[in-house]
Amino acid sequence: MAQHQVNYASAAGLPIALTSVDKLVNWGRSNSLWPLTYGLACCAIEMMASGASRYDFDRMGTIFRASPRQADVMILAGTLSKKHSEFARRLYDQMTEPKWVISMGSCANTGGMFNTYATVQGVDRIIPVDIYLPGCAPRPETLQYALMMLQKKIRRESANMNNNTKNNLRLV
Amino acid sequence: MRKYTPKDNVQGKSYYTDRFWVAPRVPRMEVEEGSHFANVLKALGKKAKETYIEIGTLVIHIDAKKNLEIIKILKEKCGYTQCSEQSAVDYLANDGEFELFYQLLNITEAKRIRVVCRLKKGAAIESITPLFKSANFAEREMFDMFGIYVNNHPFLKRILMPDDWHGHPLLKTYPLHGDEAASWYEVDKIFGKEYRDVIGPENRDPSRIDRYDTKRFSRVGYEVPFGADISEGEKENPIEYSETILVDYTKDSGKQLDERR
Repeated sequence: MAQHQVNYASAAGLPIALTSVDKLVNWGRSNSLWPLTYGLACCAIEMMASGASRYDFDRMGTIFRASPRQADVMILAGTLSKKHSEFARRLYDQMTEPKWVISMGSCANTGGMFNTYATVQGVDRIIPVDIYLPGCAPRPETLQYALMMLQKKIRRESANMNNNTKNNLRLV
Repeated sequence: MRKYTPKDNVQGKSYYTDRFWVAPRVPRMEVEEGSHFANVLKALGKKAKETYIEIGTLVIHIDAKKNLEIIKILKEKCGYTQCSEQSAVDYLANDGEFELFYQLLNITEAKRIRVVCRLKKGAAIESITPLFKSANFAEREMFDMFGIYVNNHPFLKRILMPDDWHGHPLLKTYPLHGDEAASWYEVDKIFGKEYRDVIGPENRDPSRIDRYDTKRFSRVGYEVPFGADISEGEKENPIEYSETILVDYTKDSGKQLDERR
């Protein structure tokens, strides 16, 4: 998984590390993705399992934070009801830049089987999403894979967030 | 102007109904002399309009104006100390009325009673929260889902839907996918009405596939680069199976048994 060499100095026997700012910053960002402890429905159970010892998110530098002000990633795990959408967006707004969003499970992606008046038909109606994770509910391995894909995406990005264009960014 | 559609019954109907299907009805039994339910009816006297027993439950039809009075008798004189459920059924399309019901339970006798009354559209019912605390939430839910007002309720406010929701979802006239206010609720609330054009209407078909969208969809055997233009058609990309790891499907790998075992 580690795509960034960390023992640069040992290569030539010199106490020098050569890299670019983008790589250094993205190495830091991608290896300390702190998601918000935020579960909406049954997908949250899988998210909790991913965080616990068996699947162990901690080894990837992913530690769930209880405050949106300390979080980088928002994992929308479960059905987002229309009543709650306001608060989900408020939590997203409270997160500091840079921030990323994983939409976990069918309900968050498209509304899933809740094709009713009370469910938001896809969280991308209110929040710009980076990774769409299919499944009902996705297994913890799948969530890990989504997180690794997000790490890959971050490593491709520029350290200056203003230079990044999000293809799926439909909202401000 | 949007096209007018009749709104008497906008909820989905089953697309096939058997002409000869007769819905099974639960048999209704008379109250036996000297039974527990007979004593209950005696206590109520003439206030009970129509009474019968369905699956061991005594059903009592009453006048909607006397609901508090009658349930008080049932609680204090007949021992029905629990109100397990209270709600309504929408029969507005049939006769312009709601059917309200109260499910009561007598713990010592292990008996149940359903008190049923009819309420005209727009009429209010008296709250039974002085008798049963559990009716507080049940009546709020009934108000939320049907818009039936409850007199003398301590805190009559929506319980499930947001306070600024428009409409009452359990009415038969309420579409399953929501009315216009419902379908734009989150957009209006978070961004404002001017963002409706930016975000667009809801896509309520989760299995929608765009044939020419190569950013989100990919055909097995016809893979093309991300975002490529395939409006002119795409080249076939035959599936290749591994010859070493998996079973070799390319050759005649099957074995026909020579004789039956």
